[in-house]
Amino acid sequence: MNDKVIKVDMLARVEGEGAFKVVVRDGEIVGTEFRIFEPPRFFEAFLQGRDHMEAPDITARICGICPVAYQMSSVHAMEMALGITVDGPLRDLRRLLYCGEWIESHILHAAMLHAPDFLGYAGAIEMANDGHGDAVKLALEYKKAGNAIVTFVGGREIHPINVRVGGFYKVPRKTDFAPLREQLLKARDLAEKFVDWTASFTFPDKERDYTMVSLSHPDEYPMNEGRVVSSKGLDIDVTDWPAHFREEHVAHSNALQGFMVDGSSYLCGPVPRFNNAYDLLSDRAKAAAERVGLPRDNRNPYRSITVRAIEGLYAVDEALRIIDAYEEPDAPFVAYEPRAGVGMAATEAPRGLLFHRYELNDDGSIKTALIVPPTSQNQPSIEEDLQSFIGDILDQPDEDILLLCEQTIRNYDPCISCATHFLELDIDRG
Amino acid sequence: MAKPRLGVFKFSSCDGCQLSLLDCEDELLAVAGAIDIAYFPEATRSDDVGHYDIAFIEGSVTTPHEAEMIQDIRARSTALITLGACATSGGIQALKNGADTAAFIDAVYAHPEYIDTLDTATPISDHVTVDFELRGCPISKRDLIELVAATVVGRTPQTPSHAACIECKLAGHVCVMVSQGTPCLGPVTHAGCGALCPGYARGCYGCFGPKETPNTAALAAQLANHGADNRQIARLFSTFNTNAPEFRKEAEKHE
Ligand code: SF4
Ligand code: SF4
Repeated sequence: MNDKVIKVDMLARVEGEGAFKVVVRDGEIVGTEFRIFEPPRFFEAFLQGRDHMEAPDITARICGICPVAYQMSSVHAMEMALGITVDGPLRDLRRLLYCGEWIESHILHAAMLHAPDFLGYAGAIEMANDGHGDAVKLALEYKKAGNAIVTFVGGREIHPINVRVGGFYKVPRKTDFAPLREQLLKARDLAEKFVDWTASFTFPDKERDYTMVSLSHPDEYPMNEGRVVSSKGLDIDVTDWPAHFREEHVAHSNALQGFMVDGSSYLCGPVPRFNNAYDLLSDRAKAAAERVGLPRDNRNPYRSITVRAIEGLYAVDEALRIIDAYEEPDAPFVAYEPRAGVGMAATEAPRGLLFHRYELNDDGSIKTALIVPPTSQNQPSIEEDLQSFIGDILDQPDEDILLLCEQTIRNYDPCISCATHFLELDIDRG
Repeated sequence: MAKPRLGVFKFSSCDGCQLSLLDCEDELLAVAGAIDIAYFPEATRSDDVGHYDIAFIEGSVTTPHEAEMIQDIRARSTALITLGACATSGGIQALKNGADTAAFIDAVYAHPEYIDTLDTATPISDHVTVDFELRGCPISKRDLIELVAATVVGRTPQTPSHAACIECKLAGHVCVMVSQGTPCLGPVTHAGCGALCPGYARGCYGCFGPKETPNTAALAAQLANHGADNRQIARLFSTFNTNAPEFRKEAEKHE
């Protein structure tokens, strides 16, 4: 019992390919490894020498699930290097676009990838065919509102073509928004029901005292801009990121792992945003959290599925607020002259903080690029969760252990394409 | 008639093309009814291995393991179809072809000895016979739905093969190159997107790859007339389809 090897070839329903290993000796877990197999694609290297204007289109291709996040972090970093500020309606349009991606990504993950864990199915289609068809249809309908926003503002839902340094290529007219607004009003009801659905699941009773890291902005729920804060008192300007965080290359992974500078792990993503910025949620989102009994200092990572649903509801509300306040800007982008400089930015990808740093040459070409995606940052925390959460069920059947491991990893909505493809689960019992 | 068995496989890619399948909300459950989704790890845990009537391949070959895997999938599949620029031409990661891979690894990773990668990112057709290919970075939903609908009834999919430039004229957009001097690859780029970029007042950057027999030299000359220097022209042909022979050759002329 204490000495055997369990191996699953792949953990499905994540974006990309990874592997996972638990080493058990004498009934005790002595090590956990979350390995990323996704082949390296070397974005930071081939950005060197490209024009700064190409960064949003090229970095978008790091991840088909969250291209807007890559576009946003890259344009903000470039704008800092170029010394320009984008505000007013252009800034709002960017936030609107981001709301669209949050809805798309969160609902895809919560309904199609994560919910089957709670209800005991192999996937959403199996779930739909076995009595949960209405819930899956509701989620698909709701998710379409996210796609509609990204398509409306960005031109298409995957790898939008309308984002540029300085703003957009083309901006919508006030009157163009009417059909989108209608769709969002309907989506808001679906979003409320979706929160209730996720909250009806049974959650493993497990918690950890995470260091929760997110952006922080005085007036806005974290998304495009802000200081970097943690639940343990960190509060820094984003340009101080390199002094407080570091990345390490470990032998078992093709993605770098992120740590605080003292070597400790931390958590980024929806749960830290929710905990650190609860007050800035919309009234409707707060009311939904209260209704389903989600505490504001939630430390149970399994309840992240409901946090995603709350953030989805918030994103619908916020999108409607932006649409109602929108006034067409004078120009679709802020003009500038290329120059040498250094720029950094962090924005809140659906899965957590996404940091970019670029150095530009005089002609606006890229000298160096550094990209720190959320899943890299969460890798150490994933390993620690596995270490602490499965210890008390090691005497249970292997299939149950495997399912809990998978569910635990999916709490993070790990985007392995970002971090660098198959999750393979391997329990080594000696 | 038994439902056709589908396998969806990922190689080096961003997941965007297979996500297009999950993004077909209105069609998804209908497709799931008409096709037996035997293998699609991004969507389901059930991994029903064996023979596939249709294999969808996303991504390019960049590691020794991937080079082996594609041979195995080909041997087990009746129709093998590539989805998107990565699988069809190599994708953005083919920018490493011709570069010094060791230097690339050094630029990204502290311990290069941990990394196992080939020097090139190559399209699936460099390795095995491909029965049909969809273009785009990402593929268009319209093409994908047509492909699935055609495959289920056993006819050849009707996807256009003319230039994005023709789609642009059909859409009635103002030509961005003529009106604003904006560099645009529309005349040499495969149709499929409906001339999206010119509709947003920007030039096409060629994400659907070269159309059949594109006159890249004539376009490059015109770009130069509009003031583009060699470096810009080379960059323009070296993005998401940098390894497509027609684009690669044109880029090399300007390096
Ligand atoms: S072709 Fe483009 S969208 Fe498709 S997988 Fe490759 S990078 Fe992603
Ligand atoms: S216009 Fe060109 S770059 Fe833009 S989406 Fe179409 S093929 Fe891709």
